[in-house]
Amino acid sequence: MNTIYNRFLGGKSGLTKLLVLAILLLVVLPLTMSVFRLNLVGKYLTFGFVALGLVMLWGKAGVLSLGQGVFFGLGGYCMAMFLKLEASDPISTKIQSTPGIPDFMDWNQLKALPAFWVPFKHLPISLIAVVVVPSILAYVIGLAMFKRRVGGVYFAIITQALALILSLGIDGNQGWTGGRNGITDLRTLWGWDIRTQSAQYVLYFVTCLSLIFAILALQWLLSGKMGKMLLAMREREDRVRFSGYDVSMFKVFTFCLAAALSGIGGALFVLQVGFISPSLVGIIPSIEMVIYAAVGGRASLYGAIYGTLIVNTGKSLFSESFPQLWLFCMGGLFIAVVVFFPDGLAGVVDSGSKKIGRWFQTKKNGSPPDVSLDNAVLATTGKIDES
Amino acid sequence: MSSYSASELYSIFIMQSFAGFSLFSVLLLMALGLAIIFGQMGVVNLAHGEFMALGAYTVFLCSNVAHNQLPGLASSYFVFAIIIAFFVAGLAGMFVEWALIRFLYKRPLDTLLATWGLSLIMQQGFRLTFGAREVTPTLPEWLMGSFKPSESIDIPINGVFVMGLTLLLTFTVWAFMYRSKIGLHMRATVQNRAMSGAVGINTKLVDRFTFALGCGIAGVAGAAFTTIGSTGPDSGSRYIVDTFLVVVFGGTSSLLGTIASAFGIAQGQSISGFFLEGTMGKVAVLLGIIVILMIRPKGLFASKVRS
Amino acid sequence: MSSNTSFLLGIEDLTVSFDGFKAVDSLNLYIEPNELRVIIGPNGAGKTTVLDMICGKTRPTDGSVKFYNRELVGLSEHEIVRAGVGRKFQTPSIYENLTVLENLEVSFPKGRSVFGCIAFTRSSEVMARIHKVAEEIFLADHLEVEGAHLSHGQKQWLEIGMLLMQEPKLLMLDEPVAGMSPAEREQTAQLLKRITQGRSIIIIEHDMEFVSRIAHKVTVLHLGKILAEGTMEEIRHHPKVIEVYLGH
Repeated sequence: MNTIYNRFLGGKSGLTKLLVLAILLLVVLPLTMSVFRLNLVGKYLTFGFVALGLVMLWGKAGVLSLGQGVFFGLGGYCMAMFLKLEASDPISTKIQSTPGIPDFMDWNQLKALPAFWVPFKHLPISLIAVVVVPSILAYVIGLAMFKRRVGGVYFAIITQALALILSLGIDGNQGWTGGRNGITDLRTLWGWDIRTQSAQYVLYFVTCLSLIFAILALQWLLSGKMGKMLLAMREREDRVRFSGYDVSMFKVFTFCLAAALSGIGGALFVLQVGFISPSLVGIIPSIEMVIYAAVGGRASLYGAIYGTLIVNTGKSLFSESFPQLWLFCMGGLFIAVVVFFPDGLAGVVDSGSKKIGRWFQTKKNGSPPDVSLDNAVLATTGKIDES
Repeated sequence: MSSYSASELYSIFIMQSFAGFSLFSVLLLMALGLAIIFGQMGVVNLAHGEFMALGAYTVFLCSNVAHNQLPGLASSYFVFAIIIAFFVAGLAGMFVEWALIRFLYKRPLDTLLATWGLSLIMQQGFRLTFGAREVTPTLPEWLMGSFKPSESIDIPINGVFVMGLTLLLTFTVWAFMYRSKIGLHMRATVQNRAMSGAVGINTKLVDRFTFALGCGIAGVAGAAFTTIGSTGPDSGSRYIVDTFLVVVFGGTSSLLGTIASAFGIAQGQSISGFFLEGTMGKVAVLLGIIVILMIRPKGLFASKVRS
Repeated sequence: MSSNTSFLLGIEDLTVSFDGFKAVDSLNLYIEPNELRVIIGPNGAGKTTVLDMICGKTRPTDGSVKFYNRELVGLSEHEIVRAGVGRKFQTPSIYENLTVLENLEVSFPKGRSVFGCIAFTRSSEVMARIHKVAEEIFLADHLEVEGAHLSHGQKQWLEIGMLLMQEPKLLMLDEPVAGMSPAEREQTAQLLKRITQGRSIIIIEHDMEFVSRIAHKVTVLHLGKILAEGTMEEIRHHPKVIEVYLGH
């Protein structure tokens, strides 16, 4: 019980954060928002998966990827392919020259389903693909890069190039991928109509619960030795290597984890929004996803969720009222977060609550606590004088 | 391919090579400025494309002024415009270094994000000032048209102009970096900051100047661009990834590497663009670059240093 | 020279050059089990470079390094560590943000793969070992102190402790007493003499007093080559060594 409390839930502070988020997402928002706006929040939360992945990869392991859109997109496309095939059964498509294949293939004079589409007729395979396809890509790229000690800026630029490659590749092959318009007109998931209001509610709650579960799972992971190793690697990679750890494999693992999470986010996105296109895969969305994590606090799991919600809400509010100003704000946000708030919102909240804690202690003891003295005493005598 | 005669093939080959050379000069122009900022200083400036666009828009403004206010300068303004573009972009670069970059030297990933934010701001600035649609300056007559060395070979003059400008600029940069005193100071500061400071070089000013120089060159690249394409608010972001790949691929510390890399990538794109449809040519080249970078992460011409 | 199998560490013809400059030149060095070898020499003699090549940080241009007859050249750093070689660096290299306990825990030789790490638990075996090592390095009462708050000498000991946790057969220490007070140096000398049991130690040092207290054998390096080898007494009176290094 103790371990579950500490490792899974994160102790007292973790439990508080969990409850706040859970109540916000599962109670407050559904009760106060229309189904339309709730669906929007659900969409933002799918980006939250990417942000969680970035917290692990960037905040904890210190590796910046500017191409998470690739994995989000891959997961999304896997799900979309299944849904599209379901919606393209021979009866609904009987007016096409080749019935039984998606409409965009018909427009491109394809006569049969391309081979790589065929497995996506089956839901189990598609679901597995949502997680496995991004992970495999991340594994291959990660292995090649990290084993060769490629990191930092180089890695970031290469992930950017990957995002460009995939978005161009999807764009230029309308027959195979739906091209620039993406895959649209999705209707049912194994017979269940995903466009109805009740479906949107269900999908919203599914997204929230999956997200919360992901946070808890990551917390469990980080509270063990893995968390310490990632911290150690970020601080002193060389020393970790000389302690017998294959640092590159840890980075590969984290990269795959972030990819899998992004893939899941992509799939949930497709279910809630009903389409996928290369505009979610390329360079711009990938860098935007980084800002979600940065605003929330790149090393804070809960922060990442709030960061995603705040930036996306801001974006839609601004786009509605002051469209001219939005890009200025976004650009300014990047700069502000990097220069003034490197720990994001979580950092602000943390230092704020520390100040409040010290203020309470002062009121209790009559004088402010002197933290530095404690540590010095501890180091020299091994004990703190408990007076 | 079989439907072309031998001489037609020959002409196509010449024109494709020329197209490849044109692309080469474009990539090289863009990469030169970045090679200085990224290669020399290690600063990742994702707004580099926007400084190019700034140069292009400057030429556009000069064109308007020349044609509306001083019609006598209609054909000669262009060269002045290029010089003005250099200074406008350079001064903007100086300001950006002072206001933002100098706080982030030890944090390359953060510089990356901050300059991306800067690029968004600059792009929106362009959009509000010049409109969302693309603009073109009125080019002087001597740049228009093409010359025909033979019946079927058509070489556009503006392409030749861009190549000429690229050669001139590359040579000037090389001469400046390796033959002038300021260039020496720049290289010294990059290689050993502490020592440079100790011998009296004002490293802060050198940094500012180096960054400004890189941006100025970007401005000239943008000016050159106006001869072969139109300029819009997001023209800068269109080629930023390519530019970085050119610099990274060539080995960031080598000017020769940048040149070789730009050449290889340009020819690669030109040739594969002929065989593969549309954007797939570019995709093929990008994939090729990534694969090669995975094998040789430091680029083709990286210098061997004691690790 | 043939590769003799009774040595713990056999370095043969080891050479490395950086852009034409030969930092280490055809070096031959043999360490026996349970030996405490000290390497001394003027700055730039190549001492740290030799350690770098043994632990895999730098690749030699030529030559071989055999550890219990197993070739180390070409292996990656973590593979060499897992083979039983531990390296301590010149400037204390501990995890400042982790406590002494965590620093030691992380160095425990189990759970070093990704999945091993995820599955790792702080068993009683691990804790027992941590306590034992902490005793040896004089930090048994400081297990909850953050690395950043230790004194310079304590950081050096912690790093030695982290290496001990790995149970290395060959321990390599680069200037272990640099910056320590005389009392700390004495403690360190005792510590090192104790831990030579069952393993070998290579030490790079400049403090001759300290060296004479602990060394079984001394190797003097100069310009990438061995200048002299022998006991401390022999070295102290060796004319070449005096000329190049010891002064007088």
